[in-house]
Amino acid sequence: MTFDVEAIRQQFPILSRKIDGAPLVYLDNAATTQKPQCVIDAIVDYYSHCNSNVHRGAHRLADEATTKFENARDIIAGFLNAASRNEVIWTSGTTEGINIIANGIAQRLQVGDEVLVTEMEHHANLVTWQQACKRSGAILRIAPINDDGELIVSAFNDLLCAKTQFVALPQVSNALGTINPVIELIVSAKAVGALVLIDGAQGIAHGAVDVQALGCDFYVFSGHKLFGPTGTGVLWGRESLLADWPVWQVGGEMILSVSYQSAEWNLLPYRLEAGTPNIAGIVGLGAAVEWFSSLDTIGLKTHETALLSRATDLAEAFDGLTIVGRAKNKTGVLSFLLDEGHPADVGFLLDRQGVAIRTGNHCAEPLMKRLGVPGTARASFSIYNTLAEVEQLFTALNKVKAMLA
Amino acid sequence: MPLATTEDILEDLAFFDDWEERYKYIIDLGKGLPAMSERLHTPERLVKGCQSSVWIDVGRDDDLLLFLVDSDAFIVRGLLALVMAAYSGKTAAEIVAFDISSYFQQLDLERHLSPTRGNGLKAIVARIQTIAKAVVAAA
Repeated sequence: MTFDVEAIRQQFPILSRKIDGAPLVYLDNAATTQKPQCVIDAIVDYYSHCNSNVHRGAHRLADEATTKFENARDIIAGFLNAASRNEVIWTSGTTEGINIIANGIAQRLQVGDEVLVTEMEHHANLVTWQQACKRSGAILRIAPINDDGELIVSAFNDLLCAKTQFVALPQVSNALGTINPVIELIVSAKAVGALVLIDGAQGIAHGAVDVQALGCDFYVFSGHKLFGPTGTGVLWGRESLLADWPVWQVGGEMILSVSYQSAEWNLLPYRLEAGTPNIAGIVGLGAAVEWFSSLDTIGLKTHETALLSRATDLAEAFDGLTIVGRAKNKTGVLSFLLDEGHPADVGFLLDRQGVAIRTGNHCAEPLMKRLGVPGTARASFSIYNTLAEVEQLFTALNKVKAMLA
Repeated sequence: MPLATTEDILEDLAFFDDWEERYKYIIDLGKGLPAMSERLHTPERLVKGCQSSVWIDVGRDDDLLLFLVDSDAFIVRGLLALVMAAYSGKTAAEIVAFDISSYFQQLDLERHLSPTRGNGLKAIVARIQTIAKAVVAAA
């Protein structure tokens, strides 16, 4: 099995689109990834052949839908190396996963307890803990980064203490691409007895994740950043913790028995999954993970490294361009500023040439303030991007620069 | 240099047939806007919810409404220049009567007025129209 980027591109129908006559160069993969045909087919097939509600029907379609839906749970459990399928909770995305945990911990935190996050958080992994602390009287601590956008590990360790109840960290920074040394950080956090959540939104699409090897207590990610449908996500948590975790939403599916005045909660995984789930989406996510797992992971990493390395070389040689985020250990993201022109100008003029990037604060406003930038232009790469596309980005940037001069 | 009129702009833009020339022209219009002093970059003048910062200052000269606008993004400044051609130095009644959607359609730039663009243009237009309507109502 070798890694063939052209063969992969063939599987993504959207990549043959044109924008104002120019071939689409999609470099906004940290925002969302595109979907291979097999994922699109899985969703179409589900709605065409077995659409039904899950778990409670007394007919063939309900059985088939339930089988597909629960099969997807097994696929994800295997993909994450979860100890049990009961540890895989469906969510609408990373944000909901973090909210389930932050909402639960807020009920358990006491005045004076501490929660530790980092300066590089996406708002989803910051505002959640900030509000949990506000509600409970706990203190939110922020582990600092250096000017290259790397977490200062010694400072992180210094902030851990007996009062630290919870630590929430990104595996990879969405705005800068920094890869955090999560295993080392988890070991330190566990040593003071804290629970640890890893925000895997940006990490999940860059290689296999083994939650048991990581040693964290919770791991969350979004399906749409892993070639799956939007509105799907996974909360993985240790069964011993999730078994009595404060329920998130209440309603159908998550109960065992109900009277007018009381209710008994269902068992895992259903106790944290109220209401009819996003069945078609979950079936699509299962297909996405099966597809992703079938790829040559070493070839994939080599390809991604080559893309970032070429982008970094071209960026360094580009007059008037400043790279924002220069971590030694980085994946998939080139955040930058041009001397001439606001990121919004850069984004707009690249779009006119068919090159899709993201501009702005990347849902990390405090991080942008910390780095002293108004926002950045961010090109983010995925496995279907080519070296030629990286070069097209810079050809297009040359035109942007000429137009803004 | 007097500001270009909407007629001037429509005429000039009709002359270009490629997007680069069109946007270069729009960027240049933005560069030609009267400068707004940094002192006027205050929170009250800031239009919220945009990717780039957009400011507007409102003045009067008898019956005429005078606007000064600024943005830290070139394209947005250019688009603001198109809006200024329509609105600045006009009476409130003229502003209310002006069909901005049709103007942007003629410029083939209506997608910039979409609320999803987040470039502040829609918000600026709404603010100017609100001011003009209030002046008309008070007269």
